Amino acid sequence: MSELMLLKNIDNPDASRIETYEKSGGYQGLRTVLRDYDPDQVIETVKSSNLRGRGGAGFPTGLKWSFVPKDNPLPRYLCCNADEGEPGTFKDRILMERDPHQLIEGMVIAAYAIGCKTAYLYIRGEYDVSIEHCQQAIDEAHALGYLGQNILNSGHSLDIHIHKGAGAYICGEETALLESIEGKRGQPKLKPPFPAVAGLYECPTVVNNVETLACLPHLFRRGEDWFSSIGPKDAPGPKLFGLSGHVRKPGLYELPMGMPLGEMLEEYGGGALNGAFKAAIPGGVSAPMFPSDLFDVKMDFGSLAAAGSMLGSAAVIGLDETASIPVVARRITEFFNHESCGKCTPCREGLTWAAKILRRIEAGQGQVGDVEQLEMLCGGIFGKSFCALGDGAAWALGATIKHFRHEFDALIAPQTMVS
Amino acid sequence: MSDARSLTDIKRDLATGVRQMRTRYPTSRSAIMPALELAQQKYGQLEGLTYQAVSELLDVPEIWVFEVASFYSLFDRAQTGLHHLRLCTNLSCMLRGSDALMQHLQDRLAIKSGETTSDGSFTLTAVECLGACEMAPALMVDARYHGDLTTDKLDGLLASLAGRPAKEAT
Ligand SMILES: Cc1cc2nc3c(=O)[nH]c(=O)nc-3n(C[C@H](O)[C@H](O)[C@H](O)COP(=O)(O)O)c2cc1C
Ligand code: SF4
Ligand code: FES
Repeated sequence: MSELMLLKNIDNPDASRIETYEKSGGYQGLRTVLRDYDPDQVIETVKSSNLRGRGGAGFPTGLKWSFVPKDNPLPRYLCCNADEGEPGTFKDRILMERDPHQLIEGMVIAAYAIGCKTAYLYIRGEYDVSIEHCQQAIDEAHALGYLGQNILNSGHSLDIHIHKGAGAYICGEETALLESIEGKRGQPKLKPPFPAVAGLYECPTVVNNVETLACLPHLFRRGEDWFSSIGPKDAPGPKLFGLSGHVRKPGLYELPMGMPLGEMLEEYGGGALNGAFKAAIPGGVSAPMFPSDLFDVKMDFGSLAAAGSMLGSAAVIGLDETASIPVVARRITEFFNHESCGKCTPCREGLTWAAKILRRIEAGQGQVGDVEQLEMLCGGIFGKSFCALGDGAAWALGATIKHFRHEFDALIAPQTMVS
Repeated sequence: MSDARSLTDIKRDLATGVRQMRTRYPTSRSAIMPALELAQQKYGQLEGLTYQAVSELLDVPEIWVFEVASFYSLFDRAQTGLHHLRLCTNLSCMLRGSDALMQHLQDRLAIKSGETTSDGSFTLTAVECLGACEMAPALMVDARYHGDLTTDKLDGLLASLAGRPAKEAT
């Protein structure tokens, strides 16, 4: 296994303290940046490093930053997305609880690059320990001059405020997150304009995931060559994978991207809890599942997209032979239905309907034509909903039917014979 | 409870905290969520006059305050028990037995998910993924997480919580 970076201090009980962090090279990346780079050079370096966002979409980070207009006189904002609500995902929580200074240092570097003086760290309301440890890290960083006015005598200043979420998965969607910081209901907004042009308070804004930002200190301390040497060329750098569900060893693993799904589940997850795996979800419940005969798919952005799914939040959920796929489909669909913000009809109405059909199939009251009905609903939601919540819901449900149609039919069949 | 607290009382209780929150943002509206959070921490839930108090402290329309309070699931707009048990029933926890744990809690407390025990000790709610799937099945009690749950562990937890105020139960 390659050298650990994001998780290198994770088992040290003092990892969240600034002394521990500094001892292991912490804030060296920031020192290097402030000494040797102007903001544009930071953006160029991040661009050429090929760092891609760890929040779900895999968007190139440097490219996103370069969309912030240079001539706009308005303040610029950096918002860190720590709303982590995609079922199966817990990586950002562990980073913030155990080693929060990586994130704080990353935020200072990103803010310097885009010329931001006030940043918000949006942490979901349930993450009490994360909030506590991040606030402590912010205070420690202030005390040592890594935050606040004139950071390390560079002339660059930054304040970070934690904005505590209050229980809404949709606030992880970047425009909804910005609405939430503005004190509104968390409903997505039409793009364009993209946040980089008109985001928080209509000002240029960059939204990045916790893990994306936590990669930055290491990139600048160890250099681009080191960064690119990890994983495939188009998806380099350290990456966290959260393994859960029917695996023997659930947990957070730092691995290069590009490892086959099956190998990850067997070598790191310790194999199936009961018997053999039937299927697995590669990137949180929005990511379409793979049956076990497709487990040689490689775990990186491009390979998963080509195979009809996505890396998403890299939350790998194992499903062994005791799992009923129609029940899994029902639970996932109920989640999306519950978290739908209600703004657009395909998602709001379509998911309510789909959940109802799935519940009746599970109860043994499915009717002939129900599966076709579900497929029709997926088609009516996918590509027609306002944000990616609806798309993800339909995409994930569609895959359960595509690969495990027989399990749905088996639940419906007895009914058919009666009527 | 709520009847006893006047608008003046609530405003006095929250004024300093809300003013401090307000300094973090360029607009008053942004401070609504933190203000409601403060109120909930103080009183356990949000009640009638709190919305008006926050609206007056921040000088924003009361409807803005209410919109926020009603959108986010962590804001309790009805009285909850001394301890709030939020059991995750999402996929990773379901695969590791959260349905049976939910049944167990409902039986033990003689309430359904979404209800509060008649003595006001416990509120039980089934929730979506807590972001603690590595320790599935997981439960949030008040503000703290508990993982790798079994029915035995739950019973131990209930016993240790009984009669203790929420603040200590961490
Ligand atoms: C419904 C929905 C939920 C999302 N939840 C999260 C989340 O919890 N955390 C996150 O970082 N990104 C989430 N995203 C993706 C964000 O919109 C955004 O792409 C991301 O924060 C950008 O950061 P990155 O470029 O560093 O990946 C979500 C997207 C959607 C559509
Ligand atoms: S797709 Fe769903 S979550 Fe997204 S805007 Fe429409 S209703 Fe809201
Ligand atoms: S599914 Fe229960 S904590 Fe994630």
